[in-house]
Amino acid sequence: MELVIAGVGHRYGELAALEAIDLTVREGEILALIGPSGCGKSTLLGIMGGILRPSAGRVLVRGDPPGDSLNPFTYVFQDFALLPWRTVEGNVALPLEHHGLSAAERAQRTNDALARTGLAEFRHAYPKQLSGGMRQRVGIARALVVRPALLLMDEPLSALDAQTRELLMEDFLALWLRERVTAVYVTHNLSEALRLADRVAILSRRPGRLRELVAIDIPQAERTSLAAQAGLAHLHDQLWRLIKEEAQVAEREVVAA
Amino acid sequence: MSAAPPDAAMPSREVAFRGGGFVLAPRRGVAALAFVALIALWEIAVRFGWISPIFLPSPSSVVAALNELAANGTLWLHLGQSLFRIFAGWTIGTVAGLGVGFAMGIWSVSRAIGLPAVSALFPIPKIALLPLLILWLGIGEPSKVATIALGVFFPTVIATFSAIDNVPRNLIRMGQSFNLPAPSILRKIVLPGALPGMLAGFRITASIALILLVAAEMIGAEHGIGAFILAAGNLMQTDQLLAGVTMLSVLGLAIGAMLTRIERRLLRWR
Repeated sequence: MELVIAGVGHRYGELAALEAIDLTVREGEILALIGPSGCGKSTLLGIMGGILRPSAGRVLVRGDPPGDSLNPFTYVFQDFALLPWRTVEGNVALPLEHHGLSAAERAQRTNDALARTGLAEFRHAYPKQLSGGMRQRVGIARALVVRPALLLMDEPLSALDAQTRELLMEDFLALWLRERVTAVYVTHNLSEALRLADRVAILSRRPGRLRELVAIDIPQAERTSLAAQAGLAHLHDQLWRLIKEEAQVAEREVVAA
Repeated sequence: MSAAPPDAAMPSREVAFRGGGFVLAPRRGVAALAFVALIALWEIAVRFGWISPIFLPSPSSVVAALNELAANGTLWLHLGQSLFRIFAGWTIGTVAGLGVGFAMGIWSVSRAIGLPAVSALFPIPKIALLPLLILWLGIGEPSKVATIALGVFFPTVIATFSAIDNVPRNLIRMGQSFNLPAPSILRKIVLPGALPGMLAGFRITASIALILLVAAEMIGAEHGIGAFILAAGNLMQTDQLLAGVTMLSVLGLAIGAMLTRIERRLLRWR
């Protein structure tokens, strides 16, 4: 299944957030969307999954999602968006409840998702009892439980401290290497993008346009090797130069309120 | 600054501590002690004749009056009537208020209609409507119950739709992103998310109901704590009067304790 974004633009009233985005998300890849804050990355992600209606252009699906996918376009949120009144298990089971599955199948799917994210022993804990990293694991487990065809991740690690971010990123990558779910990964962190993505789409400052689309040819599993590090460092510099200028201008911008 | 080792010959002194105070710690027993001391002082003042028992009867005589009322059954008659009125009025007002509040929290049209109506009607002291309600519903129970229900209704509406406004939108978006049907979003996300605000509203409406109960009973009732206090006052039976006031205090405390229990149960996740 592929997602084709054709001429998408979006305005919030007078404010143009996105302009003329053409982009295809390919089956089985991680596409990172990177750009300065306020460039419309999250808006674009919202449009991709049908949570926001674009002011211009269309988003098309090419091909069918796998039959066992209960929710083909599934989000992982920056602020986790967990229900504080439900336990870990209850939060993960939430998206299954309206599908008319048997209790046994629901339990089996939930257990499976909890096990894959290392949450089995925390199933009866409430979100407030968990660290930020654990909460985002719950967010990921809740996304996996519906067997998504496309994972839409909105800065999933930015609410976490640097160490937790590193740990969770490695865990997520290990998970992804096993399942190869197509994913769009919004971030403002270049290292994250270079560690995870097959391709990096760089957006310009507002109104966000597609500035550059860079493929990273090194397989994710090999990126920590010394040989790969040099190439990635070079790529990092190259991309950083592109982003830096945009970020500098974006930072000094005053929003007309 | 150089990183030279400290000179032992230099005079040294401790850094003064400046961070104390402004922290409240629980002091168990202090409240009970102060309470007992106050009651004792009161009792002594009356016993020694510093205060006339007509104006302020001693605590022991209030307790004696309460005992007597309990023994001859008048206490239960008045309390029963009052409890029925407050329960019926509060329940009717709350159920209606929750319904309207939910509608105003969810639908733009109901909000547009309801908000100005609530703003216009909420500030009216509901006891001012009692004469009208008596004309409509008669002097019996319905007019008193309706006064309490009206007084409870508006704050419940306001508490409910503000509580729904405070449910984080990102949780609702999350529900939509998983294709949860609208009734599920209401039941699993909006309702539990609004519950803390709704329960806080119950606390306010419970005390409003108590105030209106007494006021309504003082205007036109044969029995009930309010009527009893008024009658005692007219006959200068101040010990009976204070016995009635004590009953009200106990009733208020009991309702508060009940709500605390319900909150603990329903909001364990907080």
